[in-house]
Amino acid sequence: MSSVSPYPTGDRPVRRGIITGVSESIADLGGYVLRGFETLGDMTLFAWRTIAWMITRRPRRDTLFSNMYQIGVLSLPVVALTGTFIGMVLAVQSYTQFRAFGLETQLGGVINKTMFRELGPVLAATMLAGRIGSAMAAELGTMRVTEQIDALSSMGANPIQYLVVPRFLSCLLLIPSLTIMAVFMGVVGGTLYCVFVLGIDSHHYEANANKFVENWDLFYGVVKSIFFGATIGLVSCYRGFHCQPGAEGVGSAATTAFVQSFVVIIILDLFLSIFLDEVYSLIWPLSPALFAG
Amino acid sequence: MVAIEPILEVDQLHVRFGRQQVLRGIDFEVPRGQSLAIIGESGCGKTVLLKSIIGLVWPQQGRVRFDGQQLDQLTEKELAEERIRFGFVFQNSALFDSMTIYENILFPLRQHRPGEVEEHHQQLFSRLAEVGLPRSVLEKRPAELSGGMRKRVGLARALVMQPEVLLYDEPTTGLDPIVSDVINELMIRTKQNSPVTSIIVTHDMKTARKVADRVVMLYPLSRLEPGEPQIIFDGTQDEIEASKDRRVSQFVRGEAGDRLMEMSEPGAGLEN
Repeated sequence: MSSVSPYPTGDRPVRRGIITGVSESIADLGGYVLRGFETLGDMTLFAWRTIAWMITRRPRRDTLFSNMYQIGVLSLPVVALTGTFIGMVLAVQSYTQFRAFGLETQLGGVINKTMFRELGPVLAATMLAGRIGSAMAAELGTMRVTEQIDALSSMGANPIQYLVVPRFLSCLLLIPSLTIMAVFMGVVGGTLYCVFVLGIDSHHYEANANKFVENWDLFYGVVKSIFFGATIGLVSCYRGFHCQPGAEGVGSAATTAFVQSFVVIIILDLFLSIFLDEVYSLIWPLSPALFAG
Repeated sequence: MVAIEPILEVDQLHVRFGRQQVLRGIDFEVPRGQSLAIIGESGCGKTVLLKSIIGLVWPQQGRVRFDGQQLDQLTEKELAEERIRFGFVFQNSALFDSMTIYENILFPLRQHRPGEVEEHHQQLFSRLAEVGLPRSVLEKRPAELSGGMRKRVGLARALVMQPEVLLYDEPTTGLDPIVSDVINELMIRTKQNSPVTSIIVTHDMKTARKVADRVVMLYPLSRLEPGEPQIIFDGTQDEIEASKDRRVSQFVRGEAGDRLMEMSEPGAGLEN
């Protein structure tokens, strides 16, 4: 019995040599690298234009406030809930180890410091990149696909000034505020769990928490959250603005906005931590503060 | 006879997206007050041409001169000011979803002449009457309107700044024949009411016949090497009807001719 070819006549794949295959793979890799640099350059220009517009022309109050409401007010419940449970989970995870050394009253210091410096800013930013970043990319992407951004330009309005600046500014101002909220709720959640569920003495818990946590820790978290807010705003708006046509393009813009924001947040977190610890040790070289570099 | 000076001149326009050449060497001019229809089959670059005129798409080569000014030499601010002199009616209306119809129509006025509320309302109501929409639509959002109504709102928004040039992108696409005719009538009435120059991109021959003074046909020169459309016809409506060029006469009559055979050949119809 003769076998039937799965390919119509003329479409049979041609066998390629190893050298051709390797050269094509190298060319593909080169293409990816080039496109990566192109995107990076494009994003930098986009950020530059956004900042230039933000400085030169104030956004309209109604546009700014409606974005602030969407980004700030509507995110409060989810950020507060996330913060509370992160504080509680930290208490659960740390309790066994600390009890083994009889240090359970020190838990307040660990939970609060971790919330202020690391988990509060990073998890709030991750949460917000998912909630706000994806929504912004999808919204702007839909506007791109349905020619609403072209319509803005055709009427002599600048889309960056009109669409990006209010969103970027809202992220820049409100993500730090939401981070403070997440940190506060984490501290409350951790305290409630430690005191009421784990039965740790509240007086010693509070005294240790106060001893270890300084104003610098709050500043540390807020500085990080400003950078994270700017990242979410810029990456999401950029992805929305450069959305590919169709429903698939909008979906892809929303997903890419979240993934890229998250990756940049994690990378920034490392470098900001190193930088801020260096700054701390420069200002207070003899300070015994916990975790300081 | 004194020749009317052109308000818009397109000179050797080349547009390419990546490897795909969309327009090659497009040349035409539009005298002040004239209605020009740009016809051509779907995907031949008519919308790209229209968008290139106001810098929504930047050409790789060529020039667009509007009222004596070369648009690619203007700063961003100057270009924004020139764009106010154009009105653009988009294919799918491109109304802002998050705004009411009231806010949509007033958007350009609020953007460029803030504070003049009385003048804004005067303009709003007269444009609304011009396109035949009731005031009850003002509180609605675009999603609550039919396609024909959205087109009319788009036209009202384009007219609100009293533009010198109106650019229509497929104004009757997706509408039933009656609503299409209403839109055609609105375009004619708009032209009668104001000395506006119109460029209408369409593949609807009825619209071209009814509204345009002059017709230009954009045609991809080779189906087997897609892209690179050029203008293969520039003349009056009577001339296009009587054209001996097979490609023009087939398009006007809506006949596929040997196109079906060409499209089935390997490589035909590739986008990239």
